[in-house]
Amino acid sequence: MKKRVLSALLSTAMVMGLLAGCGSSAADAPAADTSAGTEAAATTEAASDEGAAVAAGDEGSVFNIYCWNEEFKSRLTDHYPGYEEVDGTTGKIGDVTVKWNITPSKDNAYQNNLDEHLLTQADAAADDKIDLFLIEADYALKYVDTEYTMSLADLGITDEQLVNQYQYTKDVVTDSNGNLKGASWQGCPGVLIYRRDIAKEVFGTDDPAEVQKKVADWDTYKATAQEVKDAGYYMTSSVNDTYRTYSNNVTSKWVVDGKINIDDNIMKWVEDSKTMYDAGQIANTTELWSDDWSKGFFQDAKVFCYFGPAWFIDFSMAADTEGSVANAGGWAATEGPQGFFWGGTWICGATGTDNPSLVKDIMLKLTTDETIMTDIVKADNDFVNNKPAMAAMAADTNYKSAVLGGQNPLRMFCTGAESVDLSNQGAYDQGCNESFQNAMKNYFDGNATLDESLEIFYSSVEEKYPELSH
Amino acid sequence: MKQKAGRGNSKAVSYNKWGYIFLIPFFAVFIVFQFVPLVSTVYNSFFENYRSGLIQVGPNFIGLENYKTLFTNGELLTYTKNTLIMWVMGFIPQIIVSLLLASWFSDQRLRLKATSFFKTVIYLPNLIMASAFAMLFYTLFADGGPINLILMQLGILQEPFKFFSSIWGSRSLVALMNFLMWFGNTTILLMAGMMGIDPALFEAAEVDGATSTQVFWKITLPLLKPILLYVMITSLIGGLQMFDVPQILTNGKGEPVRSTMTLIMYLNNHLYSKNYGLGGALSVCLFIITAILSLIIFKVSGNDKKAR
Repeated sequence: MKKRVLSALLSTAMVMGLLAGCGSSAADAPAADTSAGTEAAATTEAASDEGAAVAAGDEGSVFNIYCWNEEFKSRLTDHYPGYEEVDGTTGKIGDVTVKWNITPSKDNAYQNNLDEHLLTQADAAADDKIDLFLIEADYALKYVDTEYTMSLADLGITDEQLVNQYQYTKDVVTDSNGNLKGASWQGCPGVLIYRRDIAKEVFGTDDPAEVQKKVADWDTYKATAQEVKDAGYYMTSSVNDTYRTYSNNVTSKWVVDGKINIDDNIMKWVEDSKTMYDAGQIANTTELWSDDWSKGFFQDAKVFCYFGPAWFIDFSMAADTEGSVANAGGWAATEGPQGFFWGGTWICGATGTDNPSLVKDIMLKLTTDETIMTDIVKADNDFVNNKPAMAAMAADTNYKSAVLGGQNPLRMFCTGAESVDLSNQGAYDQGCNESFQNAMKNYFDGNATLDESLEIFYSSVEEKYPELSH
Repeated sequence: MKQKAGRGNSKAVSYNKWGYIFLIPFFAVFIVFQFVPLVSTVYNSFFENYRSGLIQVGPNFIGLENYKTLFTNGELLTYTKNTLIMWVMGFIPQIIVSLLLASWFSDQRLRLKATSFFKTVIYLPNLIMASAFAMLFYTLFADGGPINLILMQLGILQEPFKFFSSIWGSRSLVALMNFLMWFGNTTILLMAGMMGIDPALFEAAEVDGATSTQVFWKITLPLLKPILLYVMITSLIGGLQMFDVPQILTNGKGEPVRSTMTLIMYLNNHLYSKNYGLGGALSVCLFIITAILSLIIFKVSGNDKKAR
């Protein structure tokens, strides 16, 4: 019985897909190709399953997914129709066994593992081939700009189907020839998150609109930092808190013609941060996620604000821990000096997959289906990559964030998501950003001059990417 | 009689054969896991061979280009210096404490109680994984960690001391950890050496009225020299290959100002891009440095001249 319901669902999905792709031959072509290729395998099962065989009978029986944590798995379990969990590392969609290959991203382990498998993808047995893998924005181009990632057009997904997605989420996964090669169910525009009690004490109000005037651009931000400091607080926990806000608003890429290039806005971050840190307006120079950095989440800390997107507010600010500001709903959000984004996960189809229509279906369901995406917002508080769904939620007065003391921040996120500009991203971003923050810590701490720190940055990048010079 | 001798002879030959057969496993393992990698490392060091993203570059033969890169950017020297500084900082207290403990433990006159318990305890830090130990230290000595809190509450410090932002602070931590991890091991080795010294010599010294300090300097230490040399050379080789402790403690960055970056950490950095060429060249240099330093110790200690 369950199976029949599933078949019905899958067949409607296919018909819908065909209708949506009406008139475009691209939608049909690859499906035809692959079904021809795996015809032999298909005959037995396709006969019994008949039309419902889109994701099951026609294609490979093992669906390999490569990712770095459980997030996507729980999205698929909770929101993809027909996904059944078998055990920790396997699941089932119809007759297809879903195999999860989860490698943590720490120390580049995820990418190393993925690289090895992608490079041998052509020779791998059909059941061992990667079908779908996830990537993050910081290194998206490393995969997107190669043959190893399938373009959405080849999967049969048309631009019209993606029209509700935010532009920046498409820019991240567009290769140098303009082909779109991935899709995300999330948007991660960031905001400035400040403590209501400190705002009240220092500015006399905790109204987001009023506080926004205090942090509207970097000059007022710096002036405010002095005010906050005079009252005995720190503006941010670490110098690195503001990094993304600067690095997302650069006017040139990290690498120009094989030479390392430091954008003016990045240097502005160095200057501003150094001045503010020396003036005692910033608490620390630690890395993000270190213990010293996250101390600011708690009531007895003296940190005024953090920069972060929706997932940061809900999952990272220790909302479940007694004594944290988030637990008491003591934060509020405002746009901050400049728009930025942080994180996000993109779904990519691997070239050579033996389950292209299942890849396509998962992408369509999770990143374009408005009902499913609205469910994700409600169930998981994610900011989803769907403009109408988010606009509706932003206008919904019933939607409140407990961490933000009942504020509905979605309108801010919507505006933020529209304003993110990623025209200057490149394949070297992840390595350069990491090395830069590490190297500059020496300058902020006073262990090295600016020039010495830059030298450390250059040698660190050249170790990572031997083809570059400065 | 004649027959007997003949049989004895053939027996000796067949025993020889077994000797070689029993050596085969060692040589097989040595060739597969040591010799082949060693030769291929040297071979690889003459090639340009790395991966940029998913694109493989090379291998192209470039002669000594990799060595030129290594020596011209001057970083090799810095990291050799870092490694040696941290090794010496850890080794000096280690050898002093170990000598002291070993002579106490092996001294019959002191009649120490529960020696085997203490021997186990001092060896214990070595059993903890270096990475776990480094994580522990990382938390303990964090800017807002327990050590800083204690020091501030005792009134010793006004503000937290940022160990990981201070060059000598973080180097000392690495040295301290290496000391804690290895002094037990060294103590056991030195004790074995001291117990191997003929007790008659100690008794004779005692009869002649030597103080324990004199016994230590005039009898124990000179007779311990071969073991001391062994300890020094193994510790030096281990020290030059220092990796896990500073790697975990500084999150692989060797900060501040790359002052805790060791040679192997530098090598590890090149593996980010699978840079086998430069990595190979670096390994060859490391091999040469280790050989030279070991030779120096060997010469200085006069062990090459068949002292006895």
